[in-house]
Amino acid sequence: MLAVAEVTPSWYLVLGALLFSAGAVGLLVRRNPLVMFMCVELMLNAVTLTFVTFSRMLNDVHGMTVVVFVLVVAAAEVVVGLGIIVALLRKQPTATADDLSILKG
Amino acid sequence: MLDLVWLIPALPLAGFLFLVAFGRRLGEPGAGWVATLASAGSFLATVVVFAGLVGEDHHHRSHVVTLFEWMPAGGFSVDLAFLADPLSITMALFVTGIGSLIHLYSIGYMHGDANFSKFFVYLNLFVFSMLMLVLGDNLLVTFLGWEGVGTCSYFLISFWFGKDENASAGKKAFVTNRVGDWGFMLAMFLAFATVGSLSYTTLAEEAGNLAPVTATAIALLLFVGACGKSAQLPLFVWLPDAMAGPTPVSALIHAATMVTSGVFLMTRVNPLLAQAYDWAPDVIAWVGVITALFAATIAVAQTDIKKVLAYSTVSQLGYMFLAVGTGAYVAAIFHMVTHAFFKALLFLGSGSVIHGMGDEQDMRRMGNLRRYMPVTAATFIVGWLAIAGVPPFAGFWSKDEILLYAFDASPVLWALGLVTALLTAFYMSRQVFMVFFGDERFREPAAVDAPVSGAVDDVEAGEEPEGEAAEATGDAEVHAHAHDGHAHDPHESPWLMTVPLVVLAGLAIVGGGLNLPFTPDLHFLGHWLEPVLYGNEAHIDVATGTKVLLAVIAVIAGLAGILVAAAVYLQRRVKAVEPELLANGWYYDSSITAFMGGPGRAAFQATADFDKDVVDGGVNGIASLVRGGGGGLRLLQSGYLRGYALGLGVGVVVLLAYFLTRVTF
Amino acid sequence: MVELVVFLIAAAICLGGAIGVIVNRNPVHAALSLVATLFGIAVLFIAQEAHFLAAVQVIVYAGAIVILFLFVLMLLGVDRSEDLTIEPIKGQRITAAIVGVGILGLTLIALASTSGEATGARAEPGSANEIAEGVADIEQIGESLFTDHLFAFEITSVLLVIAIVGAVMMSRKVRREDRVEDPLVAAHQAEAEARAAAAAAVSPDSDTHADAEEVEA
Repeated sequence: MLAVAEVTPSWYLVLGALLFSAGAVGLLVRRNPLVMFMCVELMLNAVTLTFVTFSRMLNDVHGMTVVVFVLVVAAAEVVVGLGIIVALLRKQPTATADDLSILKG
Repeated sequence: MLDLVWLIPALPLAGFLFLVAFGRRLGEPGAGWVATLASAGSFLATVVVFAGLVGEDHHHRSHVVTLFEWMPAGGFSVDLAFLADPLSITMALFVTGIGSLIHLYSIGYMHGDANFSKFFVYLNLFVFSMLMLVLGDNLLVTFLGWEGVGTCSYFLISFWFGKDENASAGKKAFVTNRVGDWGFMLAMFLAFATVGSLSYTTLAEEAGNLAPVTATAIALLLFVGACGKSAQLPLFVWLPDAMAGPTPVSALIHAATMVTSGVFLMTRVNPLLAQAYDWAPDVIAWVGVITALFAATIAVAQTDIKKVLAYSTVSQLGYMFLAVGTGAYVAAIFHMVTHAFFKALLFLGSGSVIHGMGDEQDMRRMGNLRRYMPVTAATFIVGWLAIAGVPPFAGFWSKDEILLYAFDASPVLWALGLVTALLTAFYMSRQVFMVFFGDERFREPAAVDAPVSGAVDDVEAGEEPEGEAAEATGDAEVHAHAHDGHAHDPHESPWLMTVPLVVLAGLAIVGGGLNLPFTPDLHFLGHWLEPVLYGNEAHIDVATGTKVLLAVIAVIAGLAGILVAAAVYLQRRVKAVEPELLANGWYYDSSITAFMGGPGRAAFQATADFDKDVVDGGVNGIASLVRGGGGGLRLLQSGYLRGYALGLGVGVVVLLAYFLTRVTF
Repeated sequence: MVELVVFLIAAAICLGGAIGVIVNRNPVHAALSLVATLFGIAVLFIAQEAHFLAAVQVIVYAGAIVILFLFVLMLLGVDRSEDLTIEPIKGQRITAAIVGVGILGLTLIALASTSGEATGARAEPGSANEIAEGVADIEQIGESLFTDHLFAFEITSVLLVIAIVGAVMMSRKVRREDRVEDPLVAAHQAEAEARAAAAAAVSPDSDTHADAEEVEA
């Protein structure tokens, strides 16, 4: 057996941070609305991972409960968001996020 | 009886209101009679109040009648009140007296004018304002009258406003007076700030407690106002131009009453002058005497019959200020009264001449008029002798007294005054000889514009008068009774015009009796005005012999002036010298115009531009800045979803960074 | 040892999936990468003994949400590739990179400041919050859910109903007569149509796909 490093909870936190920033960058860079949405989901997952990690570190079950709620809200959000995207893309199937600029000042 | 003092200004005011409502309907000559009666009634009221004052004890001749509290404003309170005391009643007497005579004269002079009733509306308003001025108990009521006479002066000067020059003359008078009024207002503010009251009695009582610098400031600021109203240097420019108005106006306003307001004012505030620095009255005296000399030199070369008298008025007013400046208040008032008599007489006489000559005003086209207008000539000659200082006419006594006090103050002042007296005699004699004696030049064809002495090679004087001649004939077009050409002979004026002349001539003869210098008992005016002067009258210690000598020298100067004028204009033995410099008034007017047109205009333009660019620009600049900023910020709203998301992301980073700074490592 | 290996593999899958989501031009490929990430997360949940959550993650996220994504992708035909080489908004990529690095860096610094230890309050031993050793986590989550967070739980049911109603409302086909004209939308439509017409005029290609791509570019 190789003497290797032990996986401390902080590794999970680092991974969560990486996933979150990746999602953020993706959100800002991609133009396809659906892919942007997927990046949002990515960020949410990073957050749930962090919550679970903290729940274990602090020995508190509430972190997990929050994850349940995050899941529910993410689901609802996806439903509504996709509804919006459907409504928008029905008119103009080739629309990207940049085309939704009616609120231009 | 003294409580009736409010009646004095009330009657002309009633006349004014009545004529405003019904004047046009009354027409000629009804409106004129109504106005004259109002004025005469006011004179009667003044006589009654005068009698009442005479009845009072010498030291109690000051009666204040308060009508109502005019401006109660916190700590500041001014009443509309009248002060009946020797000085104000003296002024009121000759204002209403001469005013009534001139009203009567005007009925004849304005005969046939389209705006007959309007003239009397203004005249009555003027008399009212003047009475408010002299009867006021405090500086503010006086100022009310001050402004009122200024306004009426404007109305009356530009009475025939169809011609642009007349309208301009009116405006010039008003604007120049305004410059003086600025001084008056500042003086009022200062008086209120330091003494707390504008009332004359309070000012007299408190004057002793004032710092000399304050008293000097108030007095000299009031003098600035007086310079404007009484046409002293440098604000005299409006008076010669004011001759554009009808002659009764010139007589009333610019000879007898309005222009004397300045002298009256300075006499009223004599306690302040007494409290001021020693050099303050000197300033007044010097301004007065220099103005007198300056105006006299200009009068020598004038060809318009009224302009000579206008400059003469400026000159005589200079004498009065000389008197005020040397502390001879009684002499100043004395000269004011006698001047009112003979100057009004001279102006009305010139009006009669103009009327008789069919609106001709150029003296070079007159001559030998005594044959055609005997009454006018006789009265005019009386006035001439009075102003020239020939005893026993009124002018001699008053002028002599002024010169005496001047001599006591400074021989230089006296010398300048003497030279002015000589010039006065000269130019007045010149006027009389040109108009009433000599050849009947009005029979000559109009093309000849050579000067009187017949010296054709005196070309430079010949060029200048053309403008004035055109002006004179131009006036003729507007004036209602334009006679055709010079075809028929001049005629005497109707009785409406000659009666006032005779009355004034009589006053000019006996007026000297007001304050004869022989014995103190004959100093009627001096005694009468004593309580008003609070002992500030200068006391001179001159030997009787010196007084007689001075009087003789003055008479000789006067006679010399007359003789020289006779040699030049009557007998034609000497060539006339009328330099263009003097005819143009030392180019004073034109230099003001040039200054205002050039550097003045540049300054005004710069101020206007400053206001437009800097002040307005600042305000507009802020607005533009906000708009620009808004426009710039608007670009943040690109409408791009990802742009907003980016903003969010940046915000998150910033917040994270901020919170991290608060974490301890 | 096992834990380390599991972690490394799961982390690799997560990160690979994340990169895939960002980088893939085809949205369907991106969706599949997302599924990979979700599975990786589920594995990590199990590694942290949150078994229930791992199950729920797979069922809800990978099994429902991503399927929804794919439905919409396929339904609307928006599965064509996006051109990633161009970026219409100036400075977007640079700033996005900065934001990403910033978030990552700052989070790591925050982590480092506590030396990897959680600074929150530990649950008291013996309290209801504690993750007890012998008890199944689903039991504990349930207990916490239905006692401490009951109100929030009920509210989420309302939330779900609202979401459904909202989605139905937005995606229905509106009949001509019922349509409410929004001037802003109309203006935007006109602008888009003008652009499309201009593009069509430039290349008289009857291929709508090519036109659309040009418009998109």
